[in-house]
Amino acid sequence: MAEGAGVSMDEVLRVAELANLELTPDEVPRMQRDLNAILGHIAELNELDTSGVEPMAQVGGVLGAEIGAAGADLRQDAVRPSLDRRAVMAAAPETDGRFFKVPKVIER
Amino acid sequence: MGGMTIEEVRTGVASGAATAASVAEACYARVAAEDGPGGKDIHSFLALSKERALAQAAKIDALAAKGEALPPLAGVPVGIKDVLVMQGSPATAGSKILQGYMPPYDAMAVTRLEAAGAVLLGKLNCDEFAMGSSNENSAYGPVRNPRAVDRVPGGSSGGSAAAVAAGFAVASLGTDTGGSIRQPAAFCGVVGMLPTYGRVSRYGLIAFASSLDRVGPFTTNVRDAATMLGVLAGKDALDATSSDKPVGDYVGALAKPVRGLRIGVPSEYFGEGLDPEIRAAVEKAIDGLRAAGCVVKTISLPHTKYAVPTYYVIATAEASANLSRFDGVRYGFRAGSRSGGGQTLSGMYRETRDEGFGAEVKRRILLGTYVLSAGYYDAYYRKAQQVRTLLTRDFLAAFAEVEAIVAPVTPTPAFKLGEKVDDPVKMYLEDIYSVAASLAGICGISVPCGETKEKLPIGVQVLARHFDEETMLRVALAVETGQA
Repeated sequence: MAEGAGVSMDEVLRVAELANLELTPDEVPRMQRDLNAILGHIAELNELDTSGVEPMAQVGGVLGAEIGAAGADLRQDAVRPSLDRRAVMAAAPETDGRFFKVPKVIER
Repeated sequence: MGGMTIEEVRTGVASGAATAASVAEACYARVAAEDGPGGKDIHSFLALSKERALAQAAKIDALAAKGEALPPLAGVPVGIKDVLVMQGSPATAGSKILQGYMPPYDAMAVTRLEAAGAVLLGKLNCDEFAMGSSNENSAYGPVRNPRAVDRVPGGSSGGSAAAVAAGFAVASLGTDTGGSIRQPAAFCGVVGMLPTYGRVSRYGLIAFASSLDRVGPFTTNVRDAATMLGVLAGKDALDATSSDKPVGDYVGALAKPVRGLRIGVPSEYFGEGLDPEIRAAVEKAIDGLRAAGCVVKTISLPHTKYAVPTYYVIATAEASANLSRFDGVRYGFRAGSRSGGGQTLSGMYRETRDEGFGAEVKRRILLGTYVLSAGYYDAYYRKAQQVRTLLTRDFLAAFAEVEAIVAPVTPTPAFKLGEKVDDPVKMYLEDIYSVAASLAGICGISVPCGETKEKLPIGVQVLARHFDEETMLRVALAVETGQA
């Protein structure tokens, strides 16, 4: 768990880019400080030996039959009515009524 | 409508002593007088759905006038946390990024409440995307605790707890990802229930962390919580994680005595950091259960101290994925170009998310992205998932020996507005007694069990096995009865 290293300013910026977040210059040091404080707390998990322990992704996973085997009862693959397209498009910031409109995709 | 129960409203409407319309109007009058800056400035409601509420009330009153049998929530005024969508009302999730979004459909929980006769008053304030323990992370301003207006109501369902505590609504819906129902219920002195994962459909819930998110009710008493669960529970074809386990007779279960039930008291929940007044009140509630014939024994949930760090890895990882959908394309807010006409798609995403998300949401997206990023996945995310297994096994082992677990909900009573905003770790540790049950998927309920010398409410939680809400509610009722 990258002990002691801590998250650098550059890593904060890299993660922000991955997350499509644009941080203002004064947000970066604050986020760096907070992430390191939280990660320091999270490092306590290293006290535990978890070798051989199954990771739990869903509640159903540990319960097995108790919650009905996850994914065992897939819904029927049948056509059913969906939301009215006009109502959905009406919620978009910019639309021609049929498609979402966005700024140009390719940067020059 | 302060102090009215579901049964009082329903029988009042059935007998003609009241109308659903007059009950709703009285709620709105109270909101107008007290929820805004002209009153106590509780700020629990973000939007009122008066037209829809009064149309539903008229329907119920017409049924009552014809002398027809009334559904279980007939005329009952209910508020909805603003992370659940309701057609005709704006849905913000407490975030600027959804400002102006009008959802074109109803959440399943909303549909079920209305089908059961509930009158939906409007949308309730909450922490942005349900991320917070104090309701101070709402982009629309904090909620005040009706029991002490200089204090927080808890979070993230702060508005839901406050609206019931203030008597604006007889019941409300909240959501819990790490304690967001039980903690505000404890802070505001009301009942808040976390149903088992999969018991209540999440269709129409704006997702925060999908392996954790749950929908549950706030009420003034345990019986009303049982009534609400009976309406909300059940399989929903639109939510693949909802369970087809039969829905119990939750109100009927309350008639069964608790004598002979084995109650576990986890020693890890009474350690350092627990406020002495809360400890005393919870111990008194446990004494009451003993007096009612329960067999009380000390148990151990040995991994408890790892619940908070585990939660903040898993919840933020899932949030970073879930919140990627908010990018200015499909819903609500899009940032205007700051660079003249030269805006690109990726620039628009970043500007929208930068302006639309608040600091806590950004913090959690960054943390979640970090723990999932190349090189860190196994060390953080997989590790946390493994510890989640250990935490769940703690509960499964305990439930081999006891039918229910009783413990404090929070280490402290409601704190002052602004007191913890600058220290995220300190704020996260507010969840120390609530997150483990959220991670394990078991059911839980917070019940008021007294107050501090400063008159701040104290809550005790009852936890039970997956899908054993009946036993949980029986014990909760015994705790409540012991307070009288």
